[in-house]
Amino acid sequence: MIGIEHYLTTASILFVIGIFGLFLNRKNVIILLMSIELMLLAVNINLVAFSSYLGDLVGQVFTIFILTVAAAEAAIGLAIIVSFFRNRGTIAVEDVNMMKG
Amino acid sequence: MSIFVSAFYLFSFSAITGGLMTVISRNPVHSVLWLILAFLSSAGLFVLLGAEFLAMLLIIVYVGAVAVLFLFVVMMLDVDFSTLKAEMASYLPLALLIGVVLIMQLSVAFGVWSYADTAPGAREALINSTDHNTHAIGMILYDKYFILFQLAGLILLVSMIGAIVLTLRHRKNVKRQDILAQIYRDPNDALEVVDIKPGQGL
Repeated sequence: MIGIEHYLTTASILFVIGIFGLFLNRKNVIILLMSIELMLLAVNINLVAFSSYLGDLVGQVFTIFILTVAAAEAAIGLAIIVSFFRNRGTIAVEDVNMMKG
Repeated sequence: MSIFVSAFYLFSFSAITGGLMTVISRNPVHSVLWLILAFLSSAGLFVLLGAEFLAMLLIIVYVGAVAVLFLFVVMMLDVDFSTLKAEMASYLPLALLIGVVLIMQLSVAFGVWSYADTAPGAREALINSTDHNTHAIGMILYDKYFILFQLAGLILLVSMIGAIVLTLRHRKNVKRQDILAQIYRDPNDALEVVDIKPGQGL
């Protein structure tokens, strides 16, 4: 039988893969944003699993809000990347140092 | 119940595979497609958990809007990704170390956790087993959590304005209408009647 631990394990593995991708892709900002989306997805799986196994709908309502904020943040992050690329011609993370003192 | 169990393992395995291939893949378009697979698999997991409204929301919003937006931006930015990917191997040991440490910490926390005694009493919105999931969410979202719902709408409005402000460009050589100039036009100055003698110019 599938208990809550199975879902929590899946969510935590996905979360660690997201962090792994965060540290791996220093040269590509878009994969960075995708790793952040993976981490948010892992948190969503966690919330919905608890909501289902405890019989409480608040977890799902909160997941709706996290989904909203994740979509808004992805849109703004991509807009920033697009305008940065228009000005600089590259999206390597290490070249984002114009404000360095 | 074995279809349930095998469905869970199928969805969870494809979600983890999709996540892993997203961060490892060389081609960023492939990365986005693996991310879409991860989203679809977790939508399947949500259906297994009985949260079908959230599963459909995930497909419509995450896959249909956010992942497609990623695909647009990846295809629009014509970056030379081959030189970017060559540097990945140098960051691999640090990333693996941090990943392994995190997994160990999470599994230590995992082995000893249990529900608190006050957990069943602290539930806010009990699931009524006779309602559809969508119906039940609608009953509390527009009633008890109405303020949060409106604030989420405000967040989306702000992000929409921000994205447009950041990326809108006005091209200089494109003719546009200037609405204020059109509205403040004075009809008395618009026409000028001149008396011309035949055979003479203006």
